Amino acid sequence: MTWAVWAPLLAPLLAVPSARRLADILPPRAAALLLASTATLLALLSAGALAMLTAAGLLRLPLIAGLAHMSAADMRRSTPVVLPIGALAALTLAVAAVALLRTAQRHRRDLLRATDTAERHGGAGDLTVLPDPGADAYALPGLPGRPGRVVVTAGMLRRLDAREREVLLAHERAHLKCRHHVLIILTDLASCLHPALRLLRTPLTFHLERWADESAARAVGDRKLTARAVGRAALAASAAPALPRPAMALAASTGPVPRRVAALLAAEQPRPHWSSRLRTTRPAAAVAALLTACVLASGVCALEAATDLHANIESAQGAVLAHDGHWHVHHDEHFTA
Amino acid sequence: MTDAARRPAGELEAEVLAALWAAHAPLTPPQVQQSLGGTLARTTVATILARLHDKGTVIRSRSGRAYAYTPAVEDEAALAARRMHTELEKGDDRSGVLARFVSRLSPDDEQLLRGLLARAEEPGSRP
Repeated sequence: MTWAVWAPLLAPLLAVPSARRLADILPPRAAALLLASTATLLALLSAGALAMLTAAGLLRLPLIAGLAHMSAADMRRSTPVVLPIGALAALTLAVAAVALLRTAQRHRRDLLRATDTAERHGGAGDLTVLPDPGADAYALPGLPGRPGRVVVTAGMLRRLDAREREVLLAHERAHLKCRHHVLIILTDLASCLHPALRLLRTPLTFHLERWADESAARAVGDRKLTARAVGRAALAASAAPALPRPAMALAASTGPVPRRVAALLAAEQPRPHWSSRLRTTRPAAAVAALLTACVLASGVCALEAATDLHANIESAQGAVLAHDGHWHVHHDEHFTA
Repeated sequence: MTDAARRPAGELEAEVLAALWAAHAPLTPPQVQQSLGGTLARTTVATILARLHDKGTVIRSRSGRAYAYTPAVEDEAALAARRMHTELEKGDDRSGVLARFVSRLSPDDEQLLRGLLARAEEPGSRP
């Protein structure tokens, strides 16, 4: 067992800020896919590292080593992972597993409850209208045997004109068609396995909304109309009264809706392809290289640690067999297997 | 119109129902057609309304020589929805798995948004 086992646990600390930076440069679709796949990959690698630390630490106990038919003394000699670290890794893994189950349950409960509500109400096509005066709208992903639905309150429909309603429907249909909830659920589950990955969730939500905004703008063929629909819906949903204040520019603290509206109003002309923009923007290329290096290093180190642990276990099993006088049998099996 | 003809029937039904909900009073087929911005043929609108009526999604009443349509709502369902919606608002969608059209605005965001929309509406402001 080598130091390499720690790399997948540390990699997210550098990879998460890099992924967030890179996502801001990429177009929405690529950004969302990048964030969700980074989260999933790093979570799997770090869970694997925890499992290896657990195995290496606990196999130093004669009882557990005995169950695996191997020599605890041999494991103690070959791996630097001490028992407390193994126990800590086991505990962390258990906490992560509980968090994973609870998160999955929460998603399931929310989906079932919202589906239940939608089914109690009238609708047409893929639209369900809730007879509620408040302004709200969301995409309700389909469950097995039930197609996805766009759920909108009567209050929201009354505050938008016909073309704005078209934007709203096109936006939510894009969420459903591109199965955005899968990316949300994957990233949430990944966050349970490594806390640093939680920082990818807010940018993911933002880029998914931008992705759906761009799809809606293409569907209705009007970016300005799309911007107006998003803006007016947000104002309708906002309970706060309008206050006269000086105009401001987009700040770092600016929420997602003004940034979405500004993006729709700004990018009227087709932008250069993102790959060419990446090439011309050196800092972006550096961030991309850093992120790739993090994920690759994490993967290579996990593989290295796994190979090493496997060799240690084999040799510790060999020690037991040699002690029992079966060394040659095992040796032959090893080569014929 | 040719564009509308190519779209799936479900999408057209959704749009007609949305128009009926957006209205404050029952609408006749020509009124529905008008409220949709005239993108659908009048016969298409009439066919969709008849289909929705057959399904029980909308109810109709006589309005002169034509029928006027309004969404069918059961009171119990309406109450359940209001209760449900309030639950969701309280943060019961804690998992955030329902992709919402718009998120909450801070007062600063709201002001900024009003500014952006006002500037976009100014005549001759092609961004």
